Amino acid sequence: MFMAPKPIEGEKRVFMTGNEVVAWAATAAGAEIMYGYPITPQNEIMHYWTRMAPKYGRKFLQTEDEISAGFTTVGGVLAGKRAFTATAGPGNTLMQEPMSMAEMMRLPTVLVVTQRGGPSTATVIYSQQELTMTCFGGNGEGMRIVYSTSGHQDLYDYTIKAFNTAWKYRFPTFVLGDGYQSKMREPVTIYDPEARNISMVPAEAYMGNPGTPGVDRDPVHLRNTYNMEEELLKVINDNMATYESIAPEIVEYQEEEVEDAEVLLISHGIVSRAAQGAMKLLREEGFKVGYFRPITVRPFPAEQLRERAEKAKCLLVIESAYGQLKRIVTDSLYGCTTTIKSYMKPGESVTVEEVVEKVRSLY
Amino acid sequence: MSVQPQMPRTWRTETKPHKFCPGCGHPLVLKALSWAIEELEIEEKVVFGCDIGCSLLAWDFFNLDSVQTHHGRTTPVITGIKRVRPDLVGVAYMGDGGGYAIGSQHLVNSAMRNEKVTVILVNNTQYGMTGGQMAPTTLPNQKTETTPYGRSVEETGLPTKGPEMVASISSEGSYVARGTVSNVRQLKKYIKRALEAQLNGNFSFIEALSLCPTNWRTNAEETWKFLEDQMSKYFTVGEFKTPAQKKEG
Repeated sequence: MFMAPKPIEGEKRVFMTGNEVVAWAATAAGAEIMYGYPITPQNEIMHYWTRMAPKYGRKFLQTEDEISAGFTTVGGVLAGKRAFTATAGPGNTLMQEPMSMAEMMRLPTVLVVTQRGGPSTATVIYSQQELTMTCFGGNGEGMRIVYSTSGHQDLYDYTIKAFNTAWKYRFPTFVLGDGYQSKMREPVTIYDPEARNISMVPAEAYMGNPGTPGVDRDPVHLRNTYNMEEELLKVINDNMATYESIAPEIVEYQEEEVEDAEVLLISHGIVSRAAQGAMKLLREEGFKVGYFRPITVRPFPAEQLRERAEKAKCLLVIESAYGQLKRIVTDSLYGCTTTIKSYMKPGESVTVEEVVEKVRSLY
Repeated sequence: MSVQPQMPRTWRTETKPHKFCPGCGHPLVLKALSWAIEELEIEEKVVFGCDIGCSLLAWDFFNLDSVQTHHGRTTPVITGIKRVRPDLVGVAYMGDGGGYAIGSQHLVNSAMRNEKVTVILVNNTQYGMTGGQMAPTTLPNQKTETTPYGRSVEETGLPTKGPEMVASISSEGSYVARGTVSNVRQLKKYIKRALEAQLNGNFSFIEALSLCPTNWRTNAEETWKFLEDQMSKYFTVGEFKTPAQKKEG
């Protein structure tokens, strides 16, 4: 049998774009097929994947739209393969239909989102406006796992992790990046997961296993439609109970200088780099500023944030969207009396200097 | 002691009686599919996908691995499976709304890409599960819930002729036919040839003319007459594309 070579032996320091990083990470994670449809700024994930795929025995299918890319990904997962897709903006909107099927049937799809401006076609460049949709999209209950990356090392680490989280817990899993991360180059260490003692959770087939159905084994009958309200309620309650019980194992966040923080900066994704930079500058000036960044925006590190928020005098939510993160923060902190301020720039970047200025204005 | 008619092996007795309305054509199409699968001895390899609408009632119909998907999306789900498991035989089962309206892009593009799957589409001239609205296949002047005075060709165009369309865009080696539940033996033969085309590495498409007395509001005699006198006149039964290019009525 033909044994494809490993894409990476050990580890390697490289300088590449985020889209290239995602393609390498998916390859290193043992993703077996990508289903995709062109949309900016996601395209180069497909470009790099299609160049590497034949060398490592992987497959690619370019579909007729994102609906099809999502549903073929669902098919790949049903067949027991590590399957993924990637999209952005209006494509993410269309992707919500297949992702709701994955949510209902607990299918471990992996979707990389490279956020662009919204609503509608907006810009092909950048935003954080797909947070709500990626966490809670579709006619569902948000039974999803969403990692918000802040740069290229995250993109590599969390793309690999997304496959493992998805197949371990069997909920659709998302890597939430953005157009800046997609297109800029950064130094990053790419590695063979095995070299870091990361073992990949095996994928298993839902359908098409050996044996004649009804003779050697029972047939598999999968559905997402239920006849009665009571039937549906039981399925959702069971799934939600599972989701809530595993959430503490999945939740990840990053924090710095929170112990004595008067002003706590809350941000996710690439914006958190501006927040972190501002926090450092402001500390040098003597301002007691802390930094909190949810890495999993769904499930959200609500308890951890509450603990820090209750000790602060003011919270500053910073985002490249009009209050999408703020809504999650407010909901998580219900009852906490600390003032919540926001700095919102939908579809535009946030710089260190802006955050510094904003924080100074709070004093 | 009553004598039961012999049923195909994949006919799952545990889930019978089935949930389709009395007089519905779906069970006849599904039985034809069962017989075709049995004759080809491919039960172990078939994955069956069904759509939304009445076709979803087939989700536990067979002793076959089955998945019920979304409206119009069965073709991409089965395509996704087949792309990574070429050893399986993928069957996507849907209605005329699913295949010709909301999922038409998937039908067209899977045919264009010569996906190695078999699409079976049941044409009963309207949306059955939602209560009898106009479908792409509703005949001119036919009354439905959304064309209560009859379908106007000026306003809504002509009924979709799916096999004719698919035959004109599909690759050599693919198989396209229109059968009818009034000739189950022939329908079974068409489905068998469609599955053989897939086994030979090509796309195949079957439309089956079917019955819906519930939404047509017809008795047995009128139901049969509508199929035989009206539908079969508009929608030609026969093979539209065969690997050997041989035609048969």
